[in-house]
Amino acid sequence: VTGAGAAASEQGDRWASLAGVRRIVRDQPVLPLLGLLLLLVLTLQLVQPGTVSAAWVGTSIKLAIPLAILAACQTLTMLTGGIDLSVAFVASMSAYLMATQAPVHGPVIGVSLALLACALAGLANGIGVGTFRVHPLIMTLATSLVVVGLMTVYQVRVVSEGADVPAEITWISGANSFGVVPNALLLFVPLAALILWVLRRWGFGRLLYAIGDNEGAARLAGVRVWGVHVTLYVISGLLAGIAGLVIAGITNVATVTLAEKYLLPSVAAAVIGGTSIFGGRGGYAGSIVGALILTVLTTLLTVMRMPEAMRQILFGAMIVAVAAAYTRITEER
Amino acid sequence: VSAAADARGRTGSSDLGRTASRFLRRNAWTLGLLTLLVVLLGVTRAIQPTYGPAGVESLSKAALPVALAALGQAIVVIAGGIDLSVGSMMALTNVTAAALMKGQSEEAAVLIVLLVVLQGLVLGVINGLLIVVTRVPDIVVTLAMSFVWAGAALLVLSTPGGSAALWLKGLYSGTVGSDWLPKALVLIVIATAIGWVPLRRTRLGLAFYAVGSDRLAAFRSGVDIRRTKIASYALCGLFAALGGLALTMATGTGIPVPGPYTLASVAAIVLGGVSLAGGRGGLVGVVLAVFVLRLVRADLTFLGIDPNFTTVIEGLTMVIVVMVGAVVALRRRRA
Repeated sequence: VTGAGAAASEQGDRWASLAGVRRIVRDQPVLPLLGLLLLLVLTLQLVQPGTVSAAWVGTSIKLAIPLAILAACQTLTMLTGGIDLSVAFVASMSAYLMATQAPVHGPVIGVSLALLACALAGLANGIGVGTFRVHPLIMTLATSLVVVGLMTVYQVRVVSEGADVPAEITWISGANSFGVVPNALLLFVPLAALILWVLRRWGFGRLLYAIGDNEGAARLAGVRVWGVHVTLYVISGLLAGIAGLVIAGITNVATVTLAEKYLLPSVAAAVIGGTSIFGGRGGYAGSIVGALILTVLTTLLTVMRMPEAMRQILFGAMIVAVAAAYTRITEER
Repeated sequence: VSAAADARGRTGSSDLGRTASRFLRRNAWTLGLLTLLVVLLGVTRAIQPTYGPAGVESLSKAALPVALAALGQAIVVIAGGIDLSVGSMMALTNVTAAALMKGQSEEAAVLIVLLVVLQGLVLGVINGLLIVVTRVPDIVVTLAMSFVWAGAALLVLSTPGGSAALWLKGLYSGTVGSDWLPKALVLIVIATAIGWVPLRRTRLGLAFYAVGSDRLAAFRSGVDIRRTKIASYALCGLFAALGGLALTMATGTGIPVPGPYTLASVAAIVLGGVSLAGGRGGLVGVVLAVFVLRLVRADLTFLGIDPNFTTVIEGLTMVIVVMVGAVVALRRRRA
């Protein structure tokens, strides 16, 4: 009896450990992701000894911040089962509006105007998705077309006046304190903390998960789903606007196509971070690590002197591999 | 006897009426788009009295690559997926064709065209296999693969280059028979037929609609879901390859940077009446939608409106059309 009991408990332990790994990956995706990040950093150090230094860490974090903010837009919208394809264009709009308005009216008005425009774009998305039940993919795609068109028209009007990124924006997003600590952390840490707190503790965060999990149930439980959608997409627009300002500060230029190349990586960072594109599962911590992973991966591929072509191929392959590993490990059988 | 004949005649005519009304109801969206296109052509003629064969030819030429991308996208979406790598696959097949044709004879180009079509099928099968095997959502896999195919295009040609066979370029410009029948339009009609036949006349086509509208029901009716999915992506790859060849014809070179065809294809299928949820829509509407979108763009240019506004109008058209569609669907469900 004791032998059988011991065998059973041993088997139980093995199952428990396998299930335990699954549970960790499913509920705390940040831990294995941090492992992956560490692995990439170690590989980088092995490939090119001496690359990894305090200055390098500072630069990597600085470059990852706008991607992490844009990934927040994707994470929040994906939690409800949506997606926001307009973020890159809204971010560019914000940067360009700010850079053209700030020299005339001062940085405060410039930034406010830029963020107001982003909130309006987000409002359009929210009304389309929430009130008219347009598929988020279509709605945000259409908004991007409108934003791109309007910005091109605007660009032709103001091209003679020129665009200039104010020193304040360059300082908060591009400069470092004490040599290596990026000032952008002053902006990003409170922002990230707020998002994490809202998702974990606020009713609004809970509603996002609830809608993504089962919209019908949420509606029957008395949630004003359209209201949540409108708020959500306005927030997403504002976050994209902030990211655009940060990118403009880092690169010290502002064009109407400034942030375009961030669109696909922002979705990739959220997916790698463990947020399900079908909604209801995921969180922002994973997306931050996802943004860091993508940034380090880009550095690694550059350091290895990969041609641009191979870089893109490996980038894509990595996204599929991580997403596949997730699905395999967390899937219920 | 006369009464019986009369009765038979009456049922016959009412049968005809019922068939006609059913045809109207089933194809309401497509017929609406056709009317819209005709109205737009009239408007174009009104604002640009010289609009004629040359206008139709340039319209068809501009529509060709978008229409091919949209046909492939439509098949995948009908089968319940989405392919965000269409534009990248077009770039890859475009540069492959141009790079291979450089310095080759006209006859060898025939073989190269077949090879590129085969390449498209293989790319599509890889997309489909990855989706089926990894069980990662379609949108994520094809998004990631869009990087891979774009990177591969850069591997084939790092800068624009290559060339196209003369007969291939000849397929694209000019007209056949009448001045009003540009070759590009004929190519679009042939491509639509290539997609329409398997979609409407084979078991596979039925399986696409079945899997797209209800996976579980399709599975329980004995449809092999994995094979159907892979087949839909393979067909999309095929159309992307045709689109890539169309780019080679149009430019005579290979350009290793994806054009705006992925987003344009999604816009066209939505306007064309294909539901993003899968299982609904057809190919004719999609092609009509491509023409409508292109013609709106041309009209705005004729009107002297800042061409940059065309993007704004395209976005607004898309939203309005989808909203109207949603409201109509809601009414019908309530009624």
